Amino acid sequence: MTAMLNVKDLRAYYGQVQALHGLEFALNEGSLTTLLGANGAGKTTTLRAICNMVRSTGAIEFDGAPLTGRSTENIVRLGIAHVPQGRGTFTTMTVEENLQLGAITRNDKAGVISDIERMYDHFPVLKERHTQQAGTLSGGEQQMLAVARALMLRPRLMLLDEPSFGLAPLIVRDLFKILGKINREDKVTILVVEQNAQLALELADKAYVIETGRIVMSGSAAEIANNEDVRKSYLGY
Amino acid sequence: MTAAQEVVTEAPVIDAVPKRAMTLGYGTSLVVLGLLVVAPLFVKNFIVFQLTMLLIYALAVLALNILTGGSGQFSLGQSAFYAVGAYTSAILMEHAGMNYALTLPIAGLICFGFGFLFGQPALRLSGVYLALATFALATAMPQLLKLGYFEHWTGGVQGLVVTKPDAPFGLPMSQDMWLYYFTLAVTIAIYIFSVNLLKSRSGRAFMAIRDNEIAASAMGIDVSLYKTLAFGVSAGITGVAGGLGAIAVQFVAPDGYTIVLSISLFLGMVVGGVGWLPGSIVGSAFIIFVPNIAEGISKGLSGAVFGVLLFLVIFLVPHGARQVAIVAQQLIGKLKKN
Amino acid sequence: MELFTNQVLAGIATGAIYACMALAVVMIYQAIDHLNFAQGEMAMFSTFVSWQLMQWGVPYWGAFLITLVFSFAGGIAIERLLFKPLAKAPILTNVAGFIALYAIINSVAGLIWDFTIKQFPTPFGSSSFLGSQLISTHQAGMIGVTLGLLVLLYFFFQFTRMGLAMRAAASLPESARLVGINTSWMIALGWGMAAAIGSIAGILIAPVVFLEPNMMGGVLIYGFAAAVLGGLTSPLGAVVGGFLVGVFENLAGTYIPGVGNELKLPIALALIITVLVVTPAGLFGRPIVKRVWT
Repeated sequence: MTAMLNVKDLRAYYGQVQALHGLEFALNEGSLTTLLGANGAGKTTTLRAICNMVRSTGAIEFDGAPLTGRSTENIVRLGIAHVPQGRGTFTTMTVEENLQLGAITRNDKAGVISDIERMYDHFPVLKERHTQQAGTLSGGEQQMLAVARALMLRPRLMLLDEPSFGLAPLIVRDLFKILGKINREDKVTILVVEQNAQLALELADKAYVIETGRIVMSGSAAEIANNEDVRKSYLGY
Repeated sequence: MTAAQEVVTEAPVIDAVPKRAMTLGYGTSLVVLGLLVVAPLFVKNFIVFQLTMLLIYALAVLALNILTGGSGQFSLGQSAFYAVGAYTSAILMEHAGMNYALTLPIAGLICFGFGFLFGQPALRLSGVYLALATFALATAMPQLLKLGYFEHWTGGVQGLVVTKPDAPFGLPMSQDMWLYYFTLAVTIAIYIFSVNLLKSRSGRAFMAIRDNEIAASAMGIDVSLYKTLAFGVSAGITGVAGGLGAIAVQFVAPDGYTIVLSISLFLGMVVGGVGWLPGSIVGSAFIIFVPNIAEGISKGLSGAVFGVLLFLVIFLVPHGARQVAIVAQQLIGKLKKN
Repeated sequence: MELFTNQVLAGIATGAIYACMALAVVMIYQAIDHLNFAQGEMAMFSTFVSWQLMQWGVPYWGAFLITLVFSFAGGIAIERLLFKPLAKAPILTNVAGFIALYAIINSVAGLIWDFTIKQFPTPFGSSSFLGSQLISTHQAGMIGVTLGLLVLLYFFFQFTRMGLAMRAAASLPESARLVGINTSWMIALGWGMAAAIGSIAGILIAPVVFLEPNMMGGVLIYGFAAAVLGGLTSPLGAVVGGFLVGVFENLAGTYIPGVGNELKLPIALALIITVLVVTPAGLFGRPIVKRVWT
């Protein structure tokens, strides 16, 4: 099976500072992968590089087509949804407007309306609050809104940047359950970047570990979870 | 979070200049100083007068640099402070017979007070709101100066004529040349003062406020005090510049201090490099000489030519003269290695 | 009391001018998050273009439509050519760009059409409105068109896909890109729309203040003040602000001693600033909550 997303020799820079030093990994279609690492390891940078939000060199291919040189919005239109760190919710707009914005590039009005209903099924709390300003939602609710918004694109690949950040563990558990459901039922390939290694490894099939801009470990989630070093560094036991 | 609020995560509006980059190196400073000292000896009196104005506007741009580049407050009202300084000197010299040199510190102090007072209501405003407030100040000033109520002192619409001083102790130089060296001395003193101010604790407080006001106040910086202080210092220096201007030009009149002056000073700051004190003189040169060049190129379209030249400058060096200096520094560094 | 009511009504009439300009100001603010000082000049230039078309025999409404399209295209062209290259430059540099644009447009208009004052026709006639001494039919027409524009803009922003996309792009550009919006083109569109609205403002204002290259200087400042007073994110606020500014200006001129024509502007601005000190986000603006971290 050829990989849906192929990243080769990715180097990324913030000004003069190099953050990624030749990253390589691949995502198969339908997989749920997690990218683990400590603060500053380069996890967020990786996602940003895929969407061309940071200066980078190297080869990134999506479905065989190169992503380099495309603008962020064009990459998104290829079917890659990115839920950024901090969620990026449009706080001054209503919940429903946020969902509409997720589908802003689509032309099938009826499809969009039915998708919004599907999002309300996935996330009932959003339906309750659908006319509220998004900024008034709690952290967990905003995270769900961000995921729902990304799904409105009907993406083939979804990138999530630390979705558990600032959320209570029970809420994170719920959220990850929903992500698993989306991966299996809607066939959305998912890449989750996380600091919260335990939950991420329970959710994912595959895992990579990144340290100072390089992939240092890869394998199935179970393998990584059982790895001695990973347990000591990231799982605390 | 309460309802219907716009959450703003603001990047600092003012392109932050790191503290150590705020001035020139010693060597370059000495070269520039040398040039400034020697220049008037080789040119005609009128050019000497223009060089004097160059220094005077450089002071005004420097003041704006401290306010905007230093403490992050935007002001279109500098022409008001300049006018107050100019009129203070003029009135003291012509109505009270005071020595010109003494009028300057008084002009400075009065403008400092004026700026400090204006800074109080300005505390609640920032960005476009502050721009509007300072704009109001600038447009009000010429009208206030024309008011019949003050006419006895200000000379009303016609203004006042100011007597140009002779060189003291019977020194063998023209009035223009003496005034140039006098202005140069004042400029150097104020420049050194400003550099030290920005390097001091107050300067660091200014820059902390510029970069992130909330964080600064969370750190215990008295934001109100420092913001009004910045306004006061900036106004004071502009006032001194105004006083010098009055003496150099030999008269003061309300229509000489309109919003156009404020806008010119703003442009001077941008062209010189916001927050980069040495750039003030480059900015000053731009606002004095480029309009003349534009008029020389096309009398009918002088405004358009000026605009085009301004665009050229900001396209080539969006960060102003500071950008040129940084590139030059890098080149010199590379040459030194080879 | 009668003097007061009369001055208020007269203020509302002149306020329609500021309201119209303020709408254009808010439009550009929605798109680019700052104020464009050259907007008045762009409106003035557009008005001259329509005047020129009428000189060449084009009937009023034809000239109006052509000017509208020309202004829209012109706004986009100016943004693409002059301000897109400055997109990554500091804000103050962009402001310098607006000032440069002001100088260029003002100078070119002066060269092409010179500085003599010209008459500009109105489609509403200038008889008194419903017999009132203070509001002419033209002024009533101005108020009507301004309110109509307001409704159109409201409809555009709240109920169309493009309007939603523009709001998103102005509010959080990075998030907007992440839903596939081309934020760069949203900015260009914003400029085009602002230029078009500005041209309508100019065409409405010219019959009152007479057509000459410096006609928009004062109007623009009042327009800014009105937009700021109303809250820069609110078209409704801009219109209300415009009427209020007109009223302030008139009342200040009537009731504050010593305030002749010259001091009206600073006094009006001072009043506005006082209001702002009390409600920093303007009358209809959303209170701004500053996040300490992202």
